[in-house]
Parts: sequence; C-alpha cells; structure tokens
Amino acid sequence: MDLLKSIAESLEHGDDERVHALVTEAVAAGLPAGDVLNQGLIAGMGVVGEQFRLREIFLPDVLLAARAMYAGLDVLKPLLARDGVPTAGTVVIGSVQGDLHDIGKNLVGIMLKGAGFEVVDLGNDVAPERFVDAAARSGAAVIGLSALLTTTMSVMKDVVDLVKARGLKARVIVGGAPVSEAFAKDIGADAYGFDAANAVDRVKALAAGA
Amino acid sequence: MRPTLRLLEDSLIERILDEARTIVGTLGVEIHNPGVLALLGDHGARIDAAGSRAFIPGALIDRALESAPSGFHLYDVLGQETHHFCGDRVHFTPGSAAITVLDGDTGEIRKPHTADYIKYVKVVSGLRHIEAQSTAFIPADVPSRVSDSYRLYLSLLYGEKPVVTGAFTIEAFAIMRDLQLAVRGSETALAEKPLTIFSCCPTSPIKWSDVTSQNVVDCARASIPVEFISMPLTGFMAPVTLVGSIIEHAAETLSGLVISQLANPGAPVLWGGSPAIFDVRYETTPMGAVETMMLDCANSEVGKFLGLPTQGYIQMSDAKQLDAQAGLESTMGATLAALSGINSVSGPGMLDFESCQSLEKLVVDHEVCAMTQRLLAGIEPRDDFPSLPLFEELLREKHLLIAKHTRKHLKAEILVPGPVIDRANHARWVEEGSLTLGARARAEVARLVAAYTPSRLADEAKAELTRRMAAEAKRYGMDRLPAQT
Ligand code: B12
Repeated sequence: MDLLKSIAESLEHGDDERVHALVTEAVAAGLPAGDVLNQGLIAGMGVVGEQFRLREIFLPDVLLAARAMYAGLDVLKPLLARDGVPTAGTVVIGSVQGDLHDIGKNLVGIMLKGAGFEVVDLGNDVAPERFVDAAARSGAAVIGLSALLTTTMSVMKDVVDLVKARGLKARVIVGGAPVSEAFAKDIGADAYGFDAANAVDRVKALAAGA
Repeated sequence: MRPTLRLLEDSLIERILDEARTIVGTLGVEIHNPGVLALLGDHGARIDAAGSRAFIPGALIDRALESAPSGFHLYDVLGQETHHFCGDRVHFTPGSAAITVLDGDTGEIRKPHTADYIKYVKVVSGLRHIEAQSTAFIPADVPSRVSDSYRLYLSLLYGEKPVVTGAFTIEAFAIMRDLQLAVRGSETALAEKPLTIFSCCPTSPIKWSDVTSQNVVDCARASIPVEFISMPLTGFMAPVTLVGSIIEHAAETLSGLVISQLANPGAPVLWGGSPAIFDVRYETTPMGAVETMMLDCANSEVGKFLGLPTQGYIQMSDAKQLDAQAGLESTMGATLAALSGINSVSGPGMLDFESCQSLEKLVVDHEVCAMTQRLLAGIEPRDDFPSLPLFEELLREKHLLIAKHTRKHLKAEILVPGPVIDRANHARWVEEGSLTLGARARAEVARLVAAYTPSRLADEAKAELTRRMAAEAKRYGMDRLPAQT
C-alpha cells in the first residue's frame, strides 16, 4: 500500500525515473497491475490535475507528471493487457483540414495521455476521412478536433457528419479559439473543451458514456 | 531629439545574428513546399528533400540582405502616398484577423458579419493617426473559403486607406491579387504603388508551411510587400530566455527573407513579428505582457541593425472588455513601439490576445497613437531663446493665453485629444451626463460612422471589384454576396 502511495507521490513530483523504478518494484512484489495503475499512477495524476485546476501548480509541472505517468505505463502496459484491465480508451486527435495550428491540440494530446488515454495524433491539416478511418481502425472512443481559424471550423461539421454516416460509435469533441459550446451543439458534436484540463474532463465523461 | 528606446547593444545583436545564421545553415529550415525547396536548392542551399529541409548558407543570406529594400511606400486606393516605412518613422495599423468582435451596443463578444465590417471601415476612415486599414476580422456570413478575400474586397470598396491583410490558403492569393488589380488597373501599376501588405507566418520552431511559404513567393513575384510574422512562444516553442527567443525569431525571419528575395530580388518586406511569452498557468499567449513587448522591440532592433524596415504586433491587450487593463496594456505597447521606432505598429482595437476587435477600443487606441506621435516629436526649442522677452510679457500681461508666441506654437506643442479623453472638471462632467469611457467611445464610433463619406475610388473600379468578388464567391457556392447595409 505504501508503495502505491510512493508511486503517486513520485508522480506528483514529476520524478519519472523513480516512478519507473517503483512501478517495477511493485510489479515484482506481485501487486496487481490494475491496482498499480489506479491507486498509484492515476491517483497521483488526479492530485496533479486538481492542483493545476486550483493554479497551485503550472503547466510544466503537469507535463512532468505526465512524463512520469508514461514511464510507469511503459512497465505496466503488457501486464494490463495480459490481465485484461480495461484502459481509459483511445482518442484520435488532430487539427482539421486547412488548419496548421497545432499547439493547443498538442497540449490536449499530452494531457490526455497523462490521464491514461491511448492517443492517436494525426497531426494538422487532417482531412475528415482520415479522422474517421483512424477512429475505425483504432476502435477509438473519442475523436478530438481542433480548429483555430474561422475558415476551418466548418470542416468539423464534415467530420461529425461523416462519423454518423459511417455509423461509428466514436463521440466527437471539438476545441480551439473560434469554437464554442454553442457551435459544438450546432454541428452535432458531443462536447466542447476550452483548455487541456477541461478537455480531459470532457473526454473522460464521453469515454464513460456520458 | 527623437526619444528612443534601446534594449540590445550592437554587440549583442551581432551575437544573436551569428547564432541565427548558424541555425539556418546547420540545423536547417523545415519547408513543406517542394517549389520553395527547389528555389532554394537552385541557388545553392543544401536540400534534404526527404526531410523537407533546406540548409541556407550565409552567402544566400547576405545576398538577400543586399537586395531587400531598406524602405518602401504604400499608396491608398486613389494612388496617393500614405506610408513611408523607413528609418524610425512610425505608422499604426489596426490589429488584424480577429475571430470575434466586441459588440459596443450589447457588450457581447460575438462572430462578426458584413455590416460589422463595413462599420469598421467607416470608423477607420476617420482615424487620422491610423493610416492603414487591416482586414480586422472575418465576416461569418460568407463561405469560409472566400472569407479572407471578402474582407479585402470590403476594405477596398468602402475605404481609401491601404490594407494590411493576408491569405489563409494558397488559392486565395489569386483573387486577393486580382482585387488589387481591379483598383490599380495593371500589374505594373500595382508593383509601382503597393496597396497592401500580406502577413506571412513561419511556424515556430524554424519551419515554413506549404501555404505561408507559397504566399511569400507569390507576394514577392507580384511585388506585394510582405510582413514576416514569426511567433516564437517563449519557454514553449522557443527558449524561455528573451535572447533565445530573439535568436529563433531572427532565424525564422532570415529564412523568410531569403525565400522572398530569391523569388524576386528587391521585393519589399517588413522585418515583423508577433512574439509572445507563454502563460503556463492559463495555456495562453499574452500579448499584453511586458516581456512580449520587449521581444517586439528587440526584434525590431535586430531588423533595423540589418537595415530593414520593421513591424510588430504590439498595441494589444488580453482583456475581454474595454477596461483599465485594455488601456494600460495597449498604451504600454504603443509607447514602447514608438520609442523603439517600429515602422509598422499593429494592434489597435485588439482584445482577448489577438482574437477580438472592438471599435470602441479602436477609437481609444487612436488617442494613444496620437499621443505617442506627439511624444516622438519630442521637446524642441521654438523661439525659446532668449526667453527674457517672453517672461517680461508674461509678468506684464499676467498671462500668455493670447500672446503671439502662444498662438504661433500652441498647435505644435499641445495635442488636443478627441472626445474620448475626458479632461472636463467634475461638475461639467456630471452636467454632460457623467459619461464613462465606454459611453464616450460609443458616441465617437457613432460620430465617425455618421461622418463617413464614400470612397472616391472610380465607380468602374468599384463595379469591377464587386464583379470579381461575386465570381469568386460563386465558385464556392454563394450565388449572391451579402447585402451591404
Ligand atoms: C500561435 C499562432 C499561430 C502560429 C501557429 C503555430 C502552431 N504550430 O500551431 C503560426 C504563427 C504558425 C500561425 C499561423 C497562422 N495564423 Co495564427 N495564431 C496563433 C495564436 C497567436 C495563438 C494560438 C495558440 O497556439 N495558442 C496557445 C494554445 C495553447 O491555445 P489554443 O490553440 O487556443 O488551444 C487551447 C484551447 O483552444 C483548447 N483546444 C485547442 N484545440 C482543442 C481540441 C480539442 C479536442 C479540445 C477539447 C480543446 C482544444 O485547448 C488548448 C489548450 O489550452 C492565435 C491567436 C489566438 N488568440 O488564439 C492566432 C490566430 C488563431 N491565427 C490566425 C491566423 C489568421 C493565422 C494565419 C492564417 C496567418 C497567415 N496569414 O499566415 C496562419 C495560419 C495558416 C493556416 N492555414 O493554418 C488568426 C485566426 C483568424 C481567424 N479569424 O480565423 C488568429 C486568431 C490571430 C489573428 N488575429 O490574426 N498562427
């Protein structure tokens, strides 16, 4: 139990080497991979997320914690698969066709990974078909679309329509400076997120079927 | 004496430029445009086609610096000169390409329409110290594929001032050039008298997209001036140190300069930028941060050191309303920019980083432009020596209100601000309705709209503009342009 606490604390401090070592130790000691994930890594990330929300810590601290999370996941992944522990799910993410802005989308991707999601990042200037193909191939629970230009927002609707036309189960979340909750509703997207932490909350809710 | 701000010593600028040249020569520049890569390759840059990378040798940079003009002029739609970008002259331009407008009547931040854009052009037409229009925001009532050209169309149809603009795609360039040809009549006439400046952005770190690098080439070939808008985000997409960010900005801008000068030696350019720090609490790019403004000024010093005219996105605010934060950030930016002699100062009107235009803020910022121009005129002796006769007159008459000396120099010495600036005594302010800044700004916007007179551009040219724009809109599925009310 203390070991799991130490994992969480090391993750909160962004100490990736220590997280790697402690997770290895926990696995060697026979702790179930699912417990290490949920009570160690994800518990730590939860604390970090809350501190960030309260502006007690800043983005770089969160990214360091996310990096520590990956270090732990590297050890756990094969075991989680073996034990059949469900992962948080897969998110396909990208900036829509015609849009080269990707800084915000990248941040969202990093934070989603930090929260335990499998992230398929298609980059920028991504055509609607590519989103849908990638989602179908990876069995993604969620598709995340980013647009920073007034002129590329309309592509988001094309993606939403295509997801429906293909009968995919994936839910669609949109974000970026010109996008709003109302716009998301308008085009039939399932959610809108205004920053990376908010994106994680919304994606979690979507993946959980909300 | 012109008051001047300097942030970098020459020796530091030299070291910054040395690093920038080393970066583009050894790390190379990522360019996602085969034509541009080939252009660089043809002139001696080493190309890694698989990695979309060009390694630009110092000799190419030197040649570009030699051919790039040290200044250029802009002309309004009537062909009259309005701008001379050179030396330490300062011109102001409204912030460009906002996503939203702050509706002065409702206080709501919302998507703009054609009517908002026309109102904006009418207001800018009346602002004496803002010599250019920008394509300030994107009307949402036309198909997105024509929205970049549509705002240029409205600017050229309703306004006379030259336009700072930019294309969002490679294809949009053609119509945006054709609209200018409708005004000027021929390619030669347009090349002789530039009417617009196009913003072209490298992508930090040290990369050019297909679209923006092609825009640089297309503008250069048409002799349309380009402002390079490098945007390193300090501590994120660029080093956290200001010097490190300035090095990155210089590397990106030098690479743009080489592309433009290879496409057409002598093509006019501005050493511009919209740098920003990165706020690690809110994941935002503050334009009102003092370090952002220091970067703008320092980048301009580097450009000036190279003998190039400069630009900076600096007179902006991160506030969401026309409040004290909006005032203080924009004023600090304008003042620093003017003192450092940034030739084209972009930003008036802009709120919410650079996402929201406000006409009310624009008229307030206009007062700041006027004040900074006054500041730049400095303190000069005007019939002040010897001073004895004037003081004798003062002692004799008990005041100088109607003295010859006063009448002669009042206008040049003391700027009379517009109605937005409140200098009434308290009782009079109460009697006149206790108007807040917002209310005074709204009234001034209304006054300017009412005072607007239509552009004197020839009717045939106006008809041709509309014909070309309508044809373009039709290509993208719009049968009729929105009503212009
Ligand atoms: C940096 C920047 C650039 C950089 C982009 C570098 C890069 N690798 O992305 C460069 C310089 C290359 C650039 C280029 C251009 N830009 Co630009 N750019 C910006 C700027 C200043 C900041 C964007 C940013 O990175 N912010 C920081 C990140 C962290 O925030 P964010 O992107 O908003 O993302 C957050 C949220 O929105 C959300 N989010 C984002 N995506 C998603 C996705 C999901 C699923 C979810 C849930 C949430 C979410 O979470 C993120 C994290 O907090 C904005 C201004 C602004 N206020 O947004 C202009 C801006 C968006 N650009 C603009 C323009 C015009 C352009 C150009 C067309 C200019 C030109 N003529 O060349 C080109 C684009 C060409 C193209 N076809 O795409 C305009 C848009 C105008 C409009 N009305 O559409 C803006 C508003 C600036 C302006 N006023 O001119 N730009």
